[in-house]
Amino acid sequence: MIFVSSKNKETRQKNPITLQHDKRNTMEKIKCALIGSGNIGTDLIYKIRRSPYLEPVWMVGIDPESEGLLRAKDMGLKITSDGVDGLLPHVQEDNIQIAFDATSAYVHAENSRKLNELGVLMIDLTPAAIGPLCVPPVNLSEHTEKLEMNVNMISCAGQATIPIISAVSKIQSVEYAEIVASLASKSVGIGTRENLDEFTYTTSGAIESVGGARKGKALAIINPAEPPLIMRNTIYCITDDKPDEKKIVASILAMIEEVKKYVPGYKLINGPIFDGNKVSVFMEVEGLGDYLPKYAGNLDVMTAAATRTAEMFAEEIQSGKITLKPTEAA
Amino acid sequence: MSEATSEKLSSLDGRKVILHDMCLRDGMHAKGEQISVEEMVKVATALDDANVPYIQVTHGAGLGGNSLQHGFSMASNEEYISAVAPLMKQAIISVLLIPGMGTMKELQAAYDAGARSVHVATHCTEANTSPQHIAYARKLGMDTTGFLMMAHLNDAKGLAEQAALMESYGAQTVYLTDSAGYMLPQDVTRCISALRDTLKPETEIGFHGHHNLGMGIANSIAAIEAGASRIDGSAAGLGAGAGNTPLEVFAAVCERMGIQTGVDLFKLMDLSENIILPMMDHIIRVDRESLTLGYAGVYSTFLLHAKRASERFGIPARDILVELGRKKMIAGQEDMIVDTAMTMAKERGLDITTSV
Repeated sequence: MIFVSSKNKETRQKNPITLQHDKRNTMEKIKCALIGSGNIGTDLIYKIRRSPYLEPVWMVGIDPESEGLLRAKDMGLKITSDGVDGLLPHVQEDNIQIAFDATSAYVHAENSRKLNELGVLMIDLTPAAIGPLCVPPVNLSEHTEKLEMNVNMISCAGQATIPIISAVSKIQSVEYAEIVASLASKSVGIGTRENLDEFTYTTSGAIESVGGARKGKALAIINPAEPPLIMRNTIYCITDDKPDEKKIVASILAMIEEVKKYVPGYKLINGPIFDGNKVSVFMEVEGLGDYLPKYAGNLDVMTAAATRTAEMFAEEIQSGKITLKPTEAA
Repeated sequence: MSEATSEKLSSLDGRKVILHDMCLRDGMHAKGEQISVEEMVKVATALDDANVPYIQVTHGAGLGGNSLQHGFSMASNEEYISAVAPLMKQAIISVLLIPGMGTMKELQAAYDAGARSVHVATHCTEANTSPQHIAYARKLGMDTTGFLMMAHLNDAKGLAEQAALMESYGAQTVYLTDSAGYMLPQDVTRCISALRDTLKPETEIGFHGHHNLGMGIANSIAAIEAGASRIDGSAAGLGAGAGNTPLEVFAAVCERMGIQTGVDLFKLMDLSENIILPMMDHIIRVDRESLTLGYAGVYSTFLLHAKRASERFGIPARDILVELGRKKMIAGQEDMIVDTAMTMAKERGLDITTSV
C-alpha cells in the first residue's frame, strides 16, 4: 500500500458540504458502514463524521493488521476484518441504512447483493458500476427520486471532469469528449493501480452516459513528483457546431460553483479556450487534507461526491419521503 | 572474424543483440502522427528485407493513443498492423501499450491484427500499474517487455526494484527507457548493472535511447556492456526529440565491435537515406529545442507540442520546456504544455487569445 497519513486526525475543518447550512438537523443521523479500509474508505470517515445527516458506525476490512482498520478503531468505529460477512449480523441491531463500498470492482457485486437484501442502500466507489452512475450536480436527484438501491460514483477522474462535459453538452451537442487526469502517485492506492483498465472503461462510459458526449475517452497519468502535485484534470470537448463561446463559458463557471459546494478546492486554472470546435478546460482539484494531504484532490472529489450522494438519500429517508426496503433475495 | 585468425574486435566481440526498430512508432511523434498506411508498408517491408528482427508499429503514444491529447493518426492501429504484419518475411511486429491509456481490449485487437510483441510502458516508478497488461500479453503468447520510461527520474536501486516487479508480472524482458535523452553512459552502466544483478538470468534487459545529448549510440553500447541484449533504435533516427538511437549508425558500430545483430547494414543505410530521410517533416537532429529536452530532462515527445504552444501563446519553446522539466511533468502530460504556456503568458502579462 502506498499512502501517507496526513496530519492530526482530530483536526476538524468548517463543514463545507452541509446541504442546508441554515437548518439545524435535529433528527437522528443515518448510520453508515464503510467497506474497504484503504485510502478512500479512510478518507470517507472524515467526510461522513462531518455530515449533519450521516454517522459512520462500522468499518469493514479483510486484514486485522491493516493501518486503515486500526485507524478506524481509533476514531471510534466498530471494526471487522472478516469482510462484509463480518458486518451482516450487526446490520439490524445497529440500524445500518447506507453502506459505502471502496473495495474493488471484483467483490463489489457480492457485497452489494448481501447488503441490499438487508435493506441497506449501497454507494459504490469501485469501478464495478452495476448500479446507475452518479455525478451529484449532474444527475443525483434522478437517482433519489427512483430510490435506487445501488448507485455508482464512477471514478475520481469522472467526478472531477464529467460536470464540465455536462456543462458543455447542456449548451450544445458534443460529438466527442476526452479527459486527462493527472494524479499524485502517493494518492493512488494499489486497487486502482492493479485495475487501471476498469478505471478507463468506467470513466469513458460515464463521459457518454452521464456527461452527454456521444463518444468518450479517459486517460490517467500517475506522476511521482516530490513534493506531490495537486490533482489536475484537462477536459476536451468537440462540439458538433461552432461553439457558442459565451454560453459555454457561463455554463462551465456555473457548474464549477455547484461542484465547489461539496469540493471547495475545485478550481479553474486555464481556459476555456476554443480551437475551432474544440473546447479545452484546465482544472485543478485541491483536497481538504483530511486523510491524505491536500494534493490528493482525487480522493476528496470521490469521497465528497459519495458523501453528498448519501446525504441526499439520508434527507429523503429522514423526511419519510422514501423508505428503504430489503430487496428480494435472488 | 574467426578467433583463430584475428584478435577480438572489442570486449563485446561475439555478443548477440536483438535490434528493435522504432521509426514507425516513435517516428510517428516526429511526424505529428501523420504516417500513411502506404508509408508504413514501404518502410516495414524494407526493414524486414534488411533483416531487422522487430519492428514497432503504432500511434506514437501506442495503443489507445488516438486522442486529442496525443493527436489522431491517419489510420487506426489495427489498420496499420494488419496492413504490415502479413507482409513480413521474418520480422515480428510489436506495439506499445501504456496502461492508463491503452487497455487489454486494444491489446487483443492488436494481437488479432498480427502484433506478436509488446512494450508495456509505465513511468519508471509506477511499474505496479502494469500487472494486468503484462499478464494478458503473456496469456496471448506475445513476446512481452516491461518498459520503464523516463528512467533518469529514478535511481539504480529503484529501477531494479521496478524491473523486478515487471518480471514478477511475467515480463520476459525489461527495458530502461531514456525518454528524455538525458542519461549519460555512466548512468546507463550503473542502472543496467543494477537490473542485471537483480533480475533472473533468463530475463533479458533492453535499452531505449534518445539522441538529445548525442548519446544514443554510446549509451546503447554501455547498456550492452552492462548486460543488455536488446536495443531499440530508429532508422535515420526518426523519433521524438532529436530522434532515437539511429539504427543504421548503431548497426555499423556493432559490426565494428563484433557485436552480432544479424541485420544487413548496407540495406539499412539505403532505406534510411532513400525512404526515411525524404519522409521527415524536419531534419531530426540535436537542435536548440531538442538539446533543451536532453539538458533539462524533459520527455522528448513534448518537443513539437511545445513549438505549437510557443507559436500560439508567444512564449519561447525553450522556456516552456525548461518549466515543464522544473514541474516534473512526465510522459502523457501533453495537456500541461498548453496549460503551462498559458500560465507563463499570464505571468508575463501577455494577452491570451482564447479563441482561434
